[in-house]
Amino acid sequence: MKLKKINDHEYEIEKEGDMNVPVKIFSSEKLMENLKGDKSLQQAINVSKLPGIYKASCMCPDAHQGYGFSIGGVAAFDIKKGLITPGGIGFDINCGVRLLTTNLTKEQVEPKIKELLEVLFKRVPSGVGSESKIRLTDAQLDSVLKNGGQWVLDNGYGTKDDVELAEENSRMPEADPSKVSQKAKSRGRKQLGTLGAGNHFLEIQIVDEIFDEAIAKEFGIIKKDQIVIMIHCGSRGLGHQVCSDYLRRMEEENPELADSLPERDLVYAPAGTELAEDYFKAMSAAANYAWANRTVIAHEVREGFKQVFGDVEVLPVYDVAHNIAKKEKHIIDGEEKEVYLHRKGATRSFPPGHPDLPEKYKKTGQPVLIPGSMGTSSYILVGTQKAMEESFGSTAHGAGRAMSRHATRQFRAEDIKKELEEKHIYVKSASWKGIAEECPQAYKDIDEVIKVSHEAGIGKLVAKVRPLGVIKG
Amino acid sequence: MKKFEYLEHTADVKIKAYGNNLEETFTNVALGMFNHLTDIEKVKPVIKHELNIKAKRVKSLLYDFLEDLLILLDTDGFILNKIEKISIKEEGEEFILHAICYGDSYKNYDVNGNIKSITYNDMEITDKEIIVVVDV
Repeated sequence: MKLKKINDHEYEIEKEGDMNVPVKIFSSEKLMENLKGDKSLQQAINVSKLPGIYKASCMCPDAHQGYGFSIGGVAAFDIKKGLITPGGIGFDINCGVRLLTTNLTKEQVEPKIKELLEVLFKRVPSGVGSESKIRLTDAQLDSVLKNGGQWVLDNGYGTKDDVELAEENSRMPEADPSKVSQKAKSRGRKQLGTLGAGNHFLEIQIVDEIFDEAIAKEFGIIKKDQIVIMIHCGSRGLGHQVCSDYLRRMEEENPELADSLPERDLVYAPAGTELAEDYFKAMSAAANYAWANRTVIAHEVREGFKQVFGDVEVLPVYDVAHNIAKKEKHIIDGEEKEVYLHRKGATRSFPPGHPDLPEKYKKTGQPVLIPGSMGTSSYILVGTQKAMEESFGSTAHGAGRAMSRHATRQFRAEDIKKELEEKHIYVKSASWKGIAEECPQAYKDIDEVIKVSHEAGIGKLVAKVRPLGVIKG
Repeated sequence: MKKFEYLEHTADVKIKAYGNNLEETFTNVALGMFNHLTDIEKVKPVIKHELNIKAKRVKSLLYDFLEDLLILLDTDGFILNKIEKISIKEEGEEFILHAICYGDSYKNYDVNGNIKSITYNDMEITDKEIIVVVDV
């Protein structure tokens, strides 16, 4: 492959052979070293060869090896001549992040942090097999899939802003519950309002540094030491099953295609086919489930804060999807084209004035929420015109693992918990092993990822937050 | 003989299982998957589930077999302890698996982590060795 450095935060693999477009990599010398150690560059080349792809196969600063696409992969395929692929979205459809602000400060919350974590731990079930107290009938589950966050609001949880201050207003209208299998529905029935396990978390965070005061203020981030809350989770078993069902259906219906691809997880449905439409409708339904899930959790968090602190204001900032495909319009060679825009482990980063943004953020651009790993900083950025031009309105989504779960066995959860408590970070987890597997040492340097996003101009720094209390699955 | 082991993988869990024939190797890869969540030796064989799976390729058969077990985990909190009377047959253009699985509810054990999905990534199947990566 012909890898060429464009500048300090951008690299390119030139188009050659059967590549339809070049690969564009937002990265630094330090982050490039990580990329060269795994298969992610080859995975981005595999994507560049797919039919109907426009401009470039993009990699965000936090890219690393995935299945099919790399994590951090972004690609646009023509809505009629291109394709849609579950391998460009990921198993956890609409895994994402919701941020809430409070009118409390660190001084008010830290003395009660352990009590607060206990209260939230009870309200937001986490870990393997955790069950929601919301029991859904078949008809109610279908309504969740159709209406997303709106279902939650209609059933007495959350606020209008919880639903509207989110990508797609917490609801993709294309969703069709009849395209979601019974298997997927059975996995999702008891899980609405649960966090899950793995890298998912609920964090009480402290505003650590504000880089752009005017924009931060518009987002509701007023001052240093203000307490905010970050919810990181997805569509749970239902979304995983939708991805899996359609991967299997795509390979069954098109075995020659599946056999011809460098990875089976890259199998796709050609745009314009019934299968492509069915998958998009099912994926939208799973995405709606994830928005409903985060809306329920936001409601429980608000009630939990009221339980501990009495009269307190808990307001939504925004909610972003990290694993999703959408029908979007982008300018390609001076012409507006409708595309299946795939973001797999990437955050949408739309600029000021974009028609898809809520009124509140039309002037500033979209809040871009990037979680760190357990016990490290997270960031709030803002979307830019440069992202629209360079990365299909996308930037990074997190830190990315650097160490295998097996390798984390060298750490004892008790030691990690103690180390974090010395730094005034308190952890409540359904599992000790989970703490060890998700320890800060297992993840890459998020600061470097954010620096590249900011310097490349595809997501500009607004504020940095650090954890005070963490709930892990 | 070792039933299974975990190979190095940065983000997910890569299981290598061994057996004397395809049935035993399928059994051991399933045990390896649940052992990621808890020590399966301690799980009591008190709940019984019967699996019947058909697929066109042996890789798809393994994928669907493990996936059906995952669905039992998500819907009933089922944790596997052992598999009895497993058979894999090739009939015409199809592979057919039948198995009786025993285990218990997760609530009675110290269960950690999660499994999101089975993947085809680096999947290898012979009668005596199977490698599979599960997305966690």
